[in-house]
Amino acid sequence: MTLPEIIQVVLFLGLLTGLTPILGNYLYLALDGRNHILKPVLGSTERLMYRIIKVNPDDEMNWRGYASALLLFNLAGLIFVFTIQVFQGSLPLNPAGLPDVSWHSALNTAVSFVTNTNWQGYAGETTLSYFVQMVGLTVQNFVSAATGIAVLLAVIRSISRNNTDKIGNFWADIVRSVIYVLLPLSIFLAIALAGQGVIQNFKSYEAVHTLEGGQQILPMGPVASQVAIKQIGTNGGGYFNSNSSHPFENPTPFSNFLEMLFILLIPAALTITYGKMTGSVRQGWALFSVMMIMLISGLLIALYGEYSGNPLYGNMRLMEGKETRFGIVNSVLWAVSTTAASNGSVNSLHDCLSPLAGMVAMLNIMLGEVVFGGVGAGLYGMIVFIILTVFIAGLMVGRTPEFSGKKIEAFEVQMAIIAILAPAAVILVFSALASVSIEGLSGINNAGPHGLSEILYAFSSAAGNNGSAFAGLNSNTTFYNLTLAAGMLIGRFGVIIPVLAIAGNLAGKKYTPPSTGTFHTDNWLFIILLIAVILIVGGLTFFPALSLGPVLDHLLLQGGITF
Amino acid sequence: MKTILVTLKAFLLLTLVTGVIYPVLITGIVQLIFPEKAGGSLIIRDSIVIGSKLTGQEFSSPGYFSPRPSSNSYNPLPSGGSNFGPTNTKQLNQVDERRKQFIYRNHPDTLKDVPSEMLFASASGLDPHISRESAMMQVDRVSQERGFDDAQRQKLIQCIDNLTEAPQFLILGEERLNVLLLNLETDKIK
Repeated sequence: MTLPEIIQVVLFLGLLTGLTPILGNYLYLALDGRNHILKPVLGSTERLMYRIIKVNPDDEMNWRGYASALLLFNLAGLIFVFTIQVFQGSLPLNPAGLPDVSWHSALNTAVSFVTNTNWQGYAGETTLSYFVQMVGLTVQNFVSAATGIAVLLAVIRSISRNNTDKIGNFWADIVRSVIYVLLPLSIFLAIALAGQGVIQNFKSYEAVHTLEGGQQILPMGPVASQVAIKQIGTNGGGYFNSNSSHPFENPTPFSNFLEMLFILLIPAALTITYGKMTGSVRQGWALFSVMMIMLISGLLIALYGEYSGNPLYGNMRLMEGKETRFGIVNSVLWAVSTTAASNGSVNSLHDCLSPLAGMVAMLNIMLGEVVFGGVGAGLYGMIVFIILTVFIAGLMVGRTPEFSGKKIEAFEVQMAIIAILAPAAVILVFSALASVSIEGLSGINNAGPHGLSEILYAFSSAAGNNGSAFAGLNSNTTFYNLTLAAGMLIGRFGVIIPVLAIAGNLAGKKYTPPSTGTFHTDNWLFIILLIAVILIVGGLTFFPALSLGPVLDHLLLQGGITF
Repeated sequence: MKTILVTLKAFLLLTLVTGVIYPVLITGIVQLIFPEKAGGSLIIRDSIVIGSKLTGQEFSSPGYFSPRPSSNSYNPLPSGGSNFGPTNTKQLNQVDERRKQFIYRNHPDTLKDVPSEMLFASASGLDPHISRESAMMQVDRVSQERGFDDAQRQKLIQCIDNLTEAPQFLILGEERLNVLLLNLETDKIK
């Protein structure tokens, strides 16, 4: 690596860390219903929205009420996004005259955007009209992110409260997340990106007469507005097929830097928000440290993999699937960030990455999307691992485990195990199914162990609600559309429901003041223990599968074997 | 029943705010302050759109500088790349073929390697850039094909220097050169 490349990495991680407490504090004020800088401007809008939907934001729900509201709201989105796709041909704002989408692709896409996955079996520019992209997908980019934040808020409240069954009002959490956080940030980012050249219009596709006399049809559309929220809400669904490698989605190194920063910004800031809401900023920084250490470790392995080259090509820079303007360092930094956060947008082709870099991307997802993870989702996923960690620590010292003044008992541990096993089961069972069925194998683009990696990556991406892909896999088939849709639903709601159940249970407990025997969860010992638990759970679950995929790929490559 | 009604109203309201008002607002603002960029940074000559400053085009004739290989031949419908994995035989053969082609066409100094972006295809298939080095290796071919004299050849090198973009703000991204803009300038050299 050269000095400028190292400086870019340091600048990125430094700015991310610097902005974390600033945004974290703002999120605390805005999401907890306090006074903040945008309240005078948007407070009336917030109140108007409550009046229109006829809810009282102070009318709090128990966990079952909260979960039902959440599920109904997501179901409404699913039905809507599905319907407007299958009737796309008869709807407005379709200058390219794109036809109705097949039912299984429409179902996959609807599930994908509702679950904050944004897996894309389709190619945007040749499949979806401006109407569907905007009124269907952009909306889900916002509300699926808001759903993640809402669940996190419910969990945080359950920790900071005692002897109650109320964990908050789902509608208030959604409205506040959208209008105080996601919308203002999106407006800022969309305008900044448009200034770099990201397009934003409703024109017909542009017919270009090329210099050599050929014709090139350039797709158009309201892109900047969607790209902004796709990054901010850890969604990741590209307007175009090639996502943020497309010059109209990510034209310059600066647009790249901004988009990359916003992948991790809210998930990072929420650790501090968590600390503030539970009265221990130190705990927030401890969680931030866990995530940052894991992010940097993955990044170092991925950079090593990519810069150590491919023996088949000597010491050449490996530029397959990468854009000249970003080069190798920004492609790897993006790949690691987008898989650590469950974003899933790409600026290079992950299928083309060296086996080690591709494995880091996959492993980031497999570990449960807790290395920053999705907005809200990453942190509530991390809390699940914390419960497991204090439980294990409790077993070792023979004491009832506690976390933030709450006793962790059998129910919490059972729910935590469900939340950890649900996505893991999807990845292993569905991948096994795909790798022994004709329908599964027919989608593979690369032979050898890399083919298994393509399948494994697809189901990891679905279960982890990431959405990136080893995109050579032809997944726009009935088999993959349906299995991946099932995987996304289980990976999303198979975690959210147990987590809300934990919240409901924790809120009802009384506060246990710390004593001399209390196991502290905000020091280095705990940070190391938590990382170890995440790695051991992930390692035991996925090591056999990984060794047949990327590890074997790496070893064969060192021997110069191709397929 | 009440929850269903609330759900529907909340969903429709949020759809209106984030799916209609927000994108229309952004369109209005950026059409006002960055009209050219919001429209795709199009290059218009004699009222005909001949390209975008942001996307690459296919150039196969020897009188033009060649862009990077593209697995969709610079057809943006849809954009995309090869998705060849690191152990893919097809890619190995492709790279070999492209290297031979590049050397055959440009006769570069045999001590120099062919820059890797000329051998590997991009992610979008629309990468508009190559490195300065790749352009310099094509100067002899382009000049010869166009029958340039020494002065014109110097002008061509001048164009390459002028169009080479440094990393943004001196630190972000890579040094790069837009092939379409270079070929447009090449056409102007008389």
